[in-house]
Amino acid sequence: MFNYKEVLETINMVEKEHLDIRTVTMGISLLPCIRATAEETARCVYDTVCSRAENIVKVTGDLSEEYGIPIVNKRVSVTPAALICAPFAKKSALIGKALDNAAKTLGIDFLGGYSALVHKGMADYERMFIESIPEVLASTERLCSSVNVGSSKSGINMDAVRLMGEIIKKTAKLTASRDGFGCAKLVVFCNAVEDNPFMAGAFHGVGESGTVINVGVSGPGVVQHAIESIPEADLSELAEMIKRTAFKITRAGQLIAREAANRLNAEFGIVDLSLAPTPARGDSVAQILEEMGLECVGTHGTTACLAMLNDAVKKGGVMASSRVGGLSGAFIPVSEDIGMIEAAENGMLCVDKLEAMTAVCSVGLDMIAVPGDTPASTISAIIADEAAIGMINNKTTAVRLIPAPGKGVGDQVNFGGLLGRAPVMPVHEKSAEKFIRRGGLIPAPIHSNKN
Amino acid sequence: MRAVVTVVGKDKTGIIAKVATFLASREVNILDISQTIMDEYFTMIMMVDLGRATTGLAELSKECRELGERIGMSIHVQHEDIFNAMHGV
Repeated sequence: MFNYKEVLETINMVEKEHLDIRTVTMGISLLPCIRATAEETARCVYDTVCSRAENIVKVTGDLSEEYGIPIVNKRVSVTPAALICAPFAKKSALIGKALDNAAKTLGIDFLGGYSALVHKGMADYERMFIESIPEVLASTERLCSSVNVGSSKSGINMDAVRLMGEIIKKTAKLTASRDGFGCAKLVVFCNAVEDNPFMAGAFHGVGESGTVINVGVSGPGVVQHAIESIPEADLSELAEMIKRTAFKITRAGQLIAREAANRLNAEFGIVDLSLAPTPARGDSVAQILEEMGLECVGTHGTTACLAMLNDAVKKGGVMASSRVGGLSGAFIPVSEDIGMIEAAENGMLCVDKLEAMTAVCSVGLDMIAVPGDTPASTISAIIADEAAIGMINNKTTAVRLIPAPGKGVGDQVNFGGLLGRAPVMPVHEKSAEKFIRRGGLIPAPIHSNKN
Repeated sequence: MRAVVTVVGKDKTGIIAKVATFLASREVNILDISQTIMDEYFTMIMMVDLGRATTGLAELSKECRELGERIGMSIHVQHEDIFNAMHGV
C-alpha cells in the first residue's frame, strides 16, 4: 500500500502545480514516401502520417484518464521535408500542404518537420525548399518549420544564416494580419536534435527508426512549489531538491511514453524533461528563478540561477530514465511565460540578458517579438550570435523571433493560447549588414576535432 | 490490473458507503482501504483490483470523477504504476 504523502503529492502536482505531460510526439520517417512526382509523394506522405498516427488522440486520451495526468498536446514530427522534396524542390509546398492536411485529419494542433539541415552547406534544392517556407507557413495552419544552420562539428553556414534573416522577415510580412504568427512556427537551430518532441522545432531525424514515440514532460510549477517548501535552504540543498523533483516528473513521463509506444505500435524513443512554461500563473520558469531569490528575472544573478536549475533538472532526469533526450532542461520563451512577459514589459529583461541566459539554458532566444522594421541583416546577426553560443558550447541553441509587422517598442503581439503574448523588445540599432553580407562558413571550433 | 482510488473532501456521513457501492456496481474489488482526517479533510486511499471489472480503467476514472462531483468530493482513479514510477527509485 502507498503512503498518504506520496499519493497526495502526485495528485497535488497535477491539481495545483500544473504537472502535465506536455506532449506525446510521434516521429514518423517519410523516407519510404519518396515517389517520382511531387503529387504522388504528397499523397503517400498524407496516407503514411494519417495511418501511423491514426490512434494518437484516442490513445493519449485514454492514458490521461488511466494515469490521472493530463496530456496537453498530441503531435507528429516527420523526416526533414527538404530531403523528401529534393527531386522536386520547386513543388515543396505540395508536401507542406499534405502534412498540414494530415494534421487536421488527425486532430492534432501541430506537426513539425517542414525542415532543412544546412549546417555545412546548402544545395540548390535546399535553397529552393527554404525559400518556400514563408508562403507555406502563411498558407497552412498547423505545420511547423525549422532550419539547422550550424553545428559544433561543422561550423556555422553563414549563407544560410543570411537567408534565414530574409525568410523570417518575409514570413512575418505574409502573416502580418496576425502579428507575424508564421514566425512563431519557424525555428532556426544550431546543433538541432533529432528526437526533440517540442514544437516548433520538432523533426524526425534520419538516424531514427521508422515510427517512434517521444514524450515531453513539463512542470515548472512543481519545481517552484518544491523550492517554496524549503525557503531557507542553501543552494546545494536547493539543487538536490530540484533533482529529486525532476526525477519524479521524468518517471511519470517515461511510464506514459512506454505505454503510448506500446499501444501505438511504435518504438519508445526518449523522454524530454523540459521545464516548458505556459502563460498561466504558477507555470513559469521566471517565477522559479524569482523563488530562488531574484527580485525580478533579468537582473544580475539570473544566469547563475538558470544554470543551476538547468543542470539540476538534467541530473534528475538522467537518473530517472534510461533514455533521456531531446532538449531536456529549462525553456525561456518570452511570450509563453508570465514572469518573462511581465519582466519584459517592465523593462527588466532585455534581449542581451536573454542571450546570456541561452548560454546556460536548454535552447535559445525563443518567442521574442522585435520591432517590425528590424532589418533582415540584424535578424541574421542575432541568429549568428546564438549559433555561435551553441557551436562553441556544444549545446543546442535556437532562434524564434517575431519581427512584428507595423509594430515598435512598447507595442504588444498576441497569439493567444499556449503561444501567449509578448511585448515588442528593442534590439541594437547599429548595423551588422557588412558582416552578414560576407557569407561563407564560420569554421568549426578547435575542440570539435576530437577524432 | 490494480488502481488507486483517492477520495478527498469535506468530511460528511456516507462517503465510504457511496464510493464502495459504486465500485461494487462495476465489479471492482477493494483490496485495501486506508482513511483519515487530514486538516479537517476526509482523505481516503483505496487499492482496488479491476480484474473482473465491467468497465475499463479510463471509463471508471471518468465515472468516479462524475460521482465525486455529485457527492461533493474529489475522486481520482489512477493506475498503480504511476505511483510506483514516481516514488520508487
